Amino acid sequence: MNHPKTGRVADLVARAQQDILDDWIRQQLGQTGRGAGRISEAALRQQSTRFLEAFARAINGGLIYDAKAPRWDDLREVLKELSLSRAAQNFSTSETATFIFSLKQPLFERLRKEAGGADVDADIWSISTLLDTLGLYTSEAYQKAREEVINRQQEEMLELSTPVVQLWDGIVALPLIGTLDSARTQVVMESLLNEVMARRAKFAIIDITGVPTVDTLVAQHLLKTVAAARLMGVECLISGIRPQFAQTIVHLGIDLTQVVTKASLADAFSLALKKLQMAVVRLEGRPGRS
Amino acid sequence: MPTIKTDALPIRSDEDVVRVRQKVRQWATELSFSLVEQTKVVTAASELARNTLVHGGGGEVTLETLAEGTKRKGLRLTFQDRGPGIPNIERAMTEGYTTGDGLGLGLSGARRLSSEFDIHSEVGVGTSVTITRWK
Ligand SMILES: Nc1ncnc2c1ncn2[C@@H]1O[C@H](COP(=O)(O)OP(=O)(O)OP(=O)(O)O)[C@@H](O)[C@H]1O
Ligand SMILES: [Mg+2]
Repeated sequence: MNHPKTGRVADLVARAQQDILDDWIRQQLGQTGRGAGRISEAALRQQSTRFLEAFARAINGGLIYDAKAPRWDDLREVLKELSLSRAAQNFSTSETATFIFSLKQPLFERLRKEAGGADVDADIWSISTLLDTLGLYTSEAYQKAREEVINRQQEEMLELSTPVVQLWDGIVALPLIGTLDSARTQVVMESLLNEVMARRAKFAIIDITGVPTVDTLVAQHLLKTVAAARLMGVECLISGIRPQFAQTIVHLGIDLTQVVTKASLADAFSLALKKLQMAVVRLEGRPGRS
Repeated sequence: MPTIKTDALPIRSDEDVVRVRQKVRQWATELSFSLVEQTKVVTAASELARNTLVHGGGGEVTLETLAEGTKRKGLRLTFQDRGPGIPNIERAMTEGYTTGDGLGLGLSGARRLSSEFDIHSEVGVGTSVTITRWK
């Protein structure tokens, strides 16, 4: 391919960098597809400045317009970071690529104005092609970053987070947060039981408020855990079964009659206390203090 | 009956099952299903997606939004696999029957959680289960 030299555009960018930047930012702020306020003006200004500086450096010295040349490495790095941050902020591909494309108008306008009648068509054509290439690069980097974001969210979702919380001497709570789909779930539940044993608990309250779906697999994990705990002398109480789940559990034909269930963790706690011959009582005659 | 919107998702891993539930929940919300209706269709989808994965060796689900007249809206889900198939559907639908180590409640439960339920299976060819939940 025959790449013309960048001389005239390089001169312009070096000379009028600040003006181009201002025009460009104004242009971007005026766009409706800017991601509707997902990015602050300050962040936009910072990203645009970084890009234009790297652009000015790359284009400087009358080199040819070849976005794949090592001279443009820096700029590609800037774009990669930009794509990453926009992917994390849920921008779309086109919104992200528009960042680059929107530089065309302010750049070309200034080029025409400053050319004073000279023919700038060839320059405009080259720079347009170059920005297209960079835009495409940004889209690809964006796609990759987006996939990574989604994969990460996916992993977090499959992750089951389960602290063992000591509520009282002999009573622990296991608030399950996440899904119980992964193959690791049973392993997690077993290690939880070990922790319960280590704390010499008599009662373990399994709270499922943070479990988004209760189906046969979830029920099976719960029932297995309850049965295993019972063998080790620990009684499990299940709390946090929301009303809509109570219905689906019945429809699924899951039998929870062998398990003690309570609406809230507080209810389960007070039942466990009662079974330990204890109770929480209000102190008479000492208002305002505990 | 016009289909308003349709989409398909693969079911090849535990993550995919989670994704299916999320998408079904999202579509049910868009149809302004009540919380109970939403929970029912998501739970049924969870059961069938896992059957597709575990028993069918993987497959896919097709989601469709349906409209009958202006008022009646529905969500139809079709789970398909090219797994071993089910030799005796009646037995498979029996509560407590399992060839794996499950509770054997998924299929029968999914039927009860749905407005319409349809199953086709051929040994050596595969299985297809379609459920519809009307609002
Ligand atoms: N897509 C399928 N392909 C092949 N066999 C299937 C399929 N779906 C269900 N089956 C068979 O039907 C049986 C019953 O299914 P069902 O979902 O009711 O129970 P389960 O999956 O074994 O356990 P659970 O769903 O309670 O965890 C399964 O054990 C399996 O033999
Ligand atoms: Mg099943």
